[in-house]
Amino acid sequence: MKVQLLQICHARSGDKGDAANVGLIAREEKFYSLIKAKVTAAAVKKHFKGICNGKVERFELPNLWALNFLLHNTLGGGGTVSLKQDAQGKTIASALLRMEIDVPPALMKKQITKTRVVKKRK
Amino acid sequence: MKDKIRIASGQGFWGDLPSAPIDQVRLANAKSPIDYMMMDYLAEVTMSIMQKQKLRDPKAGYAKDLVEVIESILPDIVEKKIRVITNGGGVNPEACRDAIFALAKRRGIPIRVGIVLGDNILDTLDSVLAHGHELKNMETGEQLTSVRSRVLSANVYFGAMPIVEALRQGAQIVITGRTTDTGLTLAPMIYEFGWSEHDWDKLASGTVAGHILECGAQSSGGNFSADWKSVKDFANIGFPIAEAYPNGEFVITKHPKTGGMVTRQTVAEQLLYEIGDPKEYITPDCIADFTSIQLEDLGKDRVRVFGIKGRPATDSYKVSMSYNDGYSAQGTLTYTWPDAMEKAKLSDKILRSRLKKAGCTFDEMRTEFLGVDSCHGPLTEVDYGQVQEVVVKFAVRGQDKNSIIEFGKNIAPLILTGPPSVTGFAGGRPKPSDVVAYWPALLKKTAVIPRVIVEEVK
Repeated sequence: MKVQLLQICHARSGDKGDAANVGLIAREEKFYSLIKAKVTAAAVKKHFKGICNGKVERFELPNLWALNFLLHNTLGGGGTVSLKQDAQGKTIASALLRMEIDVPPALMKKQITKTRVVKKRK
Repeated sequence: MKDKIRIASGQGFWGDLPSAPIDQVRLANAKSPIDYMMMDYLAEVTMSIMQKQKLRDPKAGYAKDLVEVIESILPDIVEKKIRVITNGGGVNPEACRDAIFALAKRRGIPIRVGIVLGDNILDTLDSVLAHGHELKNMETGEQLTSVRSRVLSANVYFGAMPIVEALRQGAQIVITGRTTDTGLTLAPMIYEFGWSEHDWDKLASGTVAGHILECGAQSSGGNFSADWKSVKDFANIGFPIAEAYPNGEFVITKHPKTGGMVTRQTVAEQLLYEIGDPKEYITPDCIADFTSIQLEDLGKDRVRVFGIKGRPATDSYKVSMSYNDGYSAQGTLTYTWPDAMEKAKLSDKILRSRLKKAGCTFDEMRTEFLGVDSCHGPLTEVDYGQVQEVVVKFAVRGQDKNSIIEFGKNIAPLILTGPPSVTGFAGGRPKPSDVVAYWPALLKKTAVIPRVIVEEVK
């Protein structure tokens, strides 16, 4: 089944020069190997098409059930120069949590979180 | 040697919650003691602002808020024997100390203050370059010569050791210039537990504790992305406290009956904040391996952090320089239903056409639609036809000041000369402000020597 990362992860992002960093953390240990397999640097690069103009690096922190991503050339020149509303990449974390991945239904049996995605108003 | 010390975070950046350091001290008691409070005031751009203030007034150039905080907490920190460590001295720690001495004298409270000097290499920059230190841009590899004449500030990041020296000399308040945020927390651990400056695992542990404290409430429920609705009482959010032990382990907690929360998740989020390669968290004191960190949620707002490994420090300091890189300006207008987005997009087209006609040149012009897709761009799924109102934000930067001024003159006219149902123009014409760019570099540790001065006012 398709699951939005918001359901199984939390995240925080910030700036490192013109790169944004995003720490993606599994809400439970059982989801770590899944995100490690599915949320690859290539998948993140594709997800951020039109936002990230450079390469994406990925680092693994299994103890913290977390992946760290560096999205290069993403912040319009970096914190003090950038004209972007989000010059410091603070909202890149929630942008990553929009991503959908395939999750075995058995893993999702228990409701993980009360967080709901608010449906688009028509 | 003490069997544990408790270090409170009082400020995560210049402009953080003003009541936080006051509450950390006020709420300290036998059940929830505080031995040290660290306060981080410096971001990359801060030094250039302070340098400008110092140019106008030789007695300025530090975080003035810090002196106000000290004024509020001075009797309490003396009575409760809490030592305060901060990098709020900016580019003028001496003046900051003198201001604190003046208020201590006025209040009749004797106080011993230490300052750390030597990080500011702006005045000796040419001599540093002449000695063969290139100060190439760490990110781009460019030579400094391309911006040398426009450099506004240049500071070396010192680590914990100069602060340790000030503590050894009995300083109750230690004021530094550019010190790493993590060094402010690591220093009291080295001092109290007698750690060797080559005990890399322990230094890495103190560094990780510093990383968790350095952004204030970001580790105790602030800006927390998982289940943020479960965070209680944001209004009275408690800033984090590190309870450190001689073996390097520590527990992150906060004062009882404050808002926010400390859980495995809140601590993990802060650990991931603004890091690069987690195996290589480099400070002047050590290299910490963030992949070695283990967390255990003890419940009741207590998270144990342990297992941390470190490696030897490098032979270089990081240098943070700032330089003038032209001008920028920004302005906003608000368009409403019907056709809010269509109007906003047309306004952008009109403005660009007029600026082109006026012969303006910019390095960049950027238009964003706030409330629609300014942050998540193509990832948003918004039906433009359904947008009820939108704030359009125009921004430019460039080297030609006149172009930036012309831009400022062309925002308000859109109201009477463009699409209808537009408002939200306030505060006059956008004016050019200086763009300050950042130049990170490395410098051999042998090229600069920290100086520590500890004095007492009676």
